[in-house]
Amino acid sequence: MSDVVLSVRGLRIWYGTNRGAVRAVDGVNLDLKAGETVGLVGESGCGKSTLGRGVLGLLPEGSSAVGEVNFGGRNLLTISNRELRKLRGPSLGMIFQEPMTRLNPLLKISGHFEEVLKIHEPSIGKKETRRRALEALRGMGIPPTRYDQYPHEFSGGMRQRIMIALALVLRPAVVVADEPTTALDVLVEAQIIRILADLRANFDTALLLITHNLGIVAEACDRVAVMYAGRVVENGPAFDVTSNPVHPYSRELLKSTISLSTTALHSIPGAPPDLVSPPPACRFHPRCPDAMKICAAQWPPNVDVGGDRRSECWESARGDIPTGQDAPLEREALATSEEA
Amino acid sequence: MSTATTGAPDQPAKTASGNLMEVRDLQVHFGLHGSFRSRITGAGGVVKAVDGVTFDLRQGEVLGLVGESGSGKTTLGRSLLGLVRPTGGSVKLRDRELVGLPERALRPLRRHLQMVFQDPHASMNPAMTLETALAHPLQIHGITKTAAETRKRVLETLDLVGLSPAEDFAVRYPKDLSGGQKQRAAIARAIIVGPELIVADEPVSMLDMSVRAKILELMLDLKRRLGLTYVYVTHDLASAKFFCDRVAIMYLGRIVEIGSVDQIFDAPKHPYTQALIRAIPEPDPTKAVPRDLPRGEIPDAANPPLGCSFHPRCPKAFAGCGWESRDLRVLLEQRWVEAGEAVYNEERPLVGKLDALDTPATTAVLPTGSGKDSGELLAMLERIREAQPDEPFWTGVESMTVQTHGVEVKFHDGTDPHLYPAGGSSAACLLYQS
Repeated sequence: MSDVVLSVRGLRIWYGTNRGAVRAVDGVNLDLKAGETVGLVGESGCGKSTLGRGVLGLLPEGSSAVGEVNFGGRNLLTISNRELRKLRGPSLGMIFQEPMTRLNPLLKISGHFEEVLKIHEPSIGKKETRRRALEALRGMGIPPTRYDQYPHEFSGGMRQRIMIALALVLRPAVVVADEPTTALDVLVEAQIIRILADLRANFDTALLLITHNLGIVAEACDRVAVMYAGRVVENGPAFDVTSNPVHPYSRELLKSTISLSTTALHSIPGAPPDLVSPPPACRFHPRCPDAMKICAAQWPPNVDVGGDRRSECWESARGDIPTGQDAPLEREALATSEEA
Repeated sequence: MSTATTGAPDQPAKTASGNLMEVRDLQVHFGLHGSFRSRITGAGGVVKAVDGVTFDLRQGEVLGLVGESGSGKTTLGRSLLGLVRPTGGSVKLRDRELVGLPERALRPLRRHLQMVFQDPHASMNPAMTLETALAHPLQIHGITKTAAETRKRVLETLDLVGLSPAEDFAVRYPKDLSGGQKQRAAIARAIIVGPELIVADEPVSMLDMSVRAKILELMLDLKRRLGLTYVYVTHDLASAKFFCDRVAIMYLGRIVEIGSVDQIFDAPKHPYTQALIRAIPEPDPTKAVPRDLPRGEIPDAANPPLGCSFHPRCPKAFAGCGWESRDLRVLLEQRWVEAGEAVYNEERPLVGKLDALDTPATTAVLPTGSGKDSGELLAMLERIREAQPDEPFWTGVESMTVQTHGVEVKFHDGTDPHLYPAGGSSAACLLYQS
């Protein structure tokens, strides 16, 4: 497909710890198309932030990554740091979680934009820099009269909008937004989500939106990838996945979300696994209400379930299960002590 | 279970009203002392974190304090226990006044009043095993006499919050526990002294989605078994809807609406409550968040808007809501965002320094730009007014007159709303002033 701007293939990312390697991302395939917003959801510790940073080559020391992150005909995992730095900004952008701490407190808003534009587009003059910056800010609802103010003069929601404007002023092809609304209030969150949802119409940016909030996915995303223990377990159009999840984990996660229409509480038994020594075969089988014998014995296939959706579950590949292996998995009852 | 029934000798007598706590005009003001000079002169502003709050807490209910960050909900929750000193008003625990009591007199009362904090990773002492952490309150309040009795009570309580086998958990340190287990331990530490009221400050917001339900279920179960009363402080309306009996919506230090869960969620009265409920993104893809949500953010508590605090963001605001100079600045800036570059370049030179509008006043002079005519500025304002027939701001403008150096804009006087009865619940909104 020609309109795929970023394609991740077989990506694995480890962190070295003194207990052993933490397999934060363990064999992920993901495509981002131009003008498309993909939601990446999962509980904390499932590897979603690591995946987001790995895509941009922003991994910390002590980590290693193998696989492919293909962008513009090159594998971002194998190119030099110098080349990668050239891509960051004009091609690859990032919006961080905490707007309060990400802007330089000693630099006016104008200074932030001047710095970015001077480094990446040195040919444009002062006047054009100002025009471009004001245009980007206006798109995010920041009045031009406040261009020469310092970050502390803005509220949290405005700072996050300034961060988004800074990421978009260079018109990058791919933007990763890591929980951009987590620190914000519900009304401000709604404003930011609307802005992100409108990006699709106004820019051709591919957005990877990392969140733990399924409500935001339903609101702002075209597609969604559900992550569990370093794997993408379900991937498909956001509407279909949130209205009719196929993978048992997506279904249970959706059921345990407390929303305005919640009438009974639901929770997933047990806790997400330790990624130093994850469970064998399907990583969700110890917590899965539908687990079969085969789920504990053999890695589940990644199945095309139709409608542009994939699910990594034996339930979707019942025809391939050897006789007798589809009996319910017998388990010891989980004590509260095993719980998250 | 013994924790439920052991009555303390200083247990206050029950009142006839069935109220555990009565809060009247409670105020918590924090002084802002930036410079050395303002410290010694006592000058500087005041942040009214809690600004005249009145409500009753009924025995056995779950009252939700819901609001955005900066609304004062946490300060209010803490001030009920005397963890923050109120600067005025009254908190009565069954006819016993708590405001103004010295710490020495408050401490024995904390047996009845306990707190569960937001971050379970920070609220447990990392150097104490659970047994030590849970035994401390028992020893401090002199509840158990012997070590064997203490140990028995600790193990019972661990079992009660689902940390079993209790013997196994008693010797663990917080670092050996998951987030949900730590919060269970924090709840155990609160209930072990047999309290009547627990203030739970965002007890599940740091936990993962799949765990939240279990902690809320545990709290509901404990409430039934131990006859507890909860004050549930949260920014999450969805969990409040499920968990609470009554909800108080807070905005900038005040309760703006209070009522039963059904009244608040099925028929919200205050425009702020209505906006909050509509703004929650639902996982159901067929329900979209509407696009006409209030603009802006919660204002600076050190410098709140005149009149109703919510009027600058309110879609239903009208003439008497407290319009003032700062709203004019926001209006102009908002217009220049929406109308685009050309309009901004044309209109900005007509207007002088906008900082002139930053001091709150009901009569403001918008300065004319250098070399421009005040008549032109007035014409511009009239043009904007005509282009925005639905903008609530213009209902508040009484007159605009040309002066030598600018245009004087006079606003209608505003009223600061109190809680008015509004169809079952109470709302602090002038729409319900009869």
